[in-house]
Amino acid sequence: MGDTPRRGPSRRQLLLGGAAVGAGAAATLGAERAGLLPGTGPAADTTGVNGERIVPFHGARQAGVTSTPGAYATYVAFDLLESTDRDGMRAWLSLLSDDAARLTQGRGALADLEPELAVRPAGLTATFGLSREAVHRAGAAAPDWLRPLPAFPKIDALEDRWSGGDVVVLLHGDDPTSISHLLRMLVRDSRSFATVRWRQDGFRRAYGSDPHGTTMRNLFGQVDGTTTPRPEDAGFDAAVWAGPEAPAWLRGGTSLVLRRIAMNLETWDEVGVDGRENAIGRRLSDGAPLTGGTEHDDVDLEATDASGFTVVNPAAHVARARVEDPSSRIVRIGYNYDDPVEAGAVDTQGRPAVSNVGLLFGSWQRDVDAQYVPMQRRLAEADLLNTWTTPIGSGVWAIPPGCEEGGFVGETLFA
Amino acid sequence: MSIRPRFLATAAVALAAATALAGCASDTASSEAALTVTDPWVKTAATEDMMSAAFGTLVNTTDEDVTVVAATSDQYPALELHEVVDGAMQELGDGMVVPAGGELALEPGGFHIMVMELPEAIEPGDEVDFTLELADGSTVGFTATAKDFDGGNEEYHDSGSDDMEMEMDMSSDAPEAEPSH
Repeated sequence: MGDTPRRGPSRRQLLLGGAAVGAGAAATLGAERAGLLPGTGPAADTTGVNGERIVPFHGARQAGVTSTPGAYATYVAFDLLESTDRDGMRAWLSLLSDDAARLTQGRGALADLEPELAVRPAGLTATFGLSREAVHRAGAAAPDWLRPLPAFPKIDALEDRWSGGDVVVLLHGDDPTSISHLLRMLVRDSRSFATVRWRQDGFRRAYGSDPHGTTMRNLFGQVDGTTTPRPEDAGFDAAVWAGPEAPAWLRGGTSLVLRRIAMNLETWDEVGVDGRENAIGRRLSDGAPLTGGTEHDDVDLEATDASGFTVVNPAAHVARARVEDPSSRIVRIGYNYDDPVEAGAVDTQGRPAVSNVGLLFGSWQRDVDAQYVPMQRRLAEADLLNTWTTPIGSGVWAIPPGCEEGGFVGETLFA
Repeated sequence: MSIRPRFLATAAVALAAATALAGCASDTASSEAALTVTDPWVKTAATEDMMSAAFGTLVNTTDEDVTVVAATSDQYPALELHEVVDGAMQELGDGMVVPAGGELALEPGGFHIMVMELPEAIEPGDEVDFTLELADGSTVGFTATAKDFDGGNEEYHDSGSDDMEMEMDMSSDAPEAEPSH
């Protein structure tokens, strides 16, 4: 009663603290994590430590395709030097796999003077992809779909500096230090064979912020990737893994499409919640379809409202992106990017830009032409989200199968 | 000022090793090996670099000290066992001792196997076969992966310039500096 507003919070803290002590340490940890006890003691919280988590590098598939995407990702693309021939490709790919095989398993690479950085891989994975040029340098035949995507003039504003590349590597894991160290080793081992064309860094929520398996949110605030198949889902294998139709070296592998999609937060700011939800066809709060239910319930594209219009706008993203046949779907791996505003950049009103954000939209599929391109054509033709998004980078790579101990990713090219 | 002893690696040892280890291409090797070599690598070098060095970890699996007295390679005829002490490289006249049940790290700035002549370049990704000769006469083979590496240049930067000249003179004097294949 007599409490001043200043004393109130501290008294509540005391009361809460007392209750927590009575209820045990677990409650204290929970309350502290929930931010209810600012400044509570310095005791280290080791309950979520995951630095030593290892995702096996060796196996039939490249691990970055099948493991849960880590909190951080780095893509790096290389251009081959003229001098890199078939023997060079073999030597280079072998060195890259050796680095990845060691560092993803928590061991220093060869010639690694900072092996201390290797001991917390935190689920680190490395996934290697090859362009048509890289496949040819290795002396193998490329599948038809291994080429740049067709142009989508209604939406594309592609820049060379974010597009293409003869070899791409995707590193993802929950610890950015281990990603940085592996990246450094890979780039160092590439100097005699290739130059770095571009690098793109992305993130999701940090490890431990959400329960495992929570669908990510993009920087528009949308729950992003609800329907993407997971490795345990029926349809994943048929959608992803190359079979007898592919060149022998690629069977058991897949493909990667990476689109760098700029998101205009300033014009998105002009749209209210209804407009935002209408654009995607899902609720912003929890990602549930506008036709009801929870996040993972099916969207009912036929449902109509009182005035006879469909609840979900036919041009909404969920309506345009939908693929009925599970084996024709793509498997998405999305990461947000939030880079420094570039010097001289302006927004659509000509003012100095205040944001440079977007999505690194990656997708795995068995056949780019059969799965990715038709969906992208529909989206380029009509998707309300296009109002605020612009693809500025694009690339397509073949993802060879994995390798066993002693082998290297890409060895099947030389069989 | 210091006297640089001649090569420990003799042609005879190199020949013996080449015969004994033909076809052996694993990290660790040799019958009843007292020693295994883990994570071996060798620094890439162009022929005009004149020198390179090999590194790795020597693991002694026995309960007695093991002494490595020489290193050989049929690809690179002139090898020496070296240690960097206070920034200066020294050849190890008495060999390298790997303690019983212990390890000896060969690493930039420490113990290493010096490649004194480069009849052919060491390219990144190359697999270079080496043989260690132990005090008891037995040998241990290993295959080192060639890695681009900017460090490990103590021989050029930290030792006296007359040392460097002497090494270069020695390599140019070497009669058997011919490509081995």
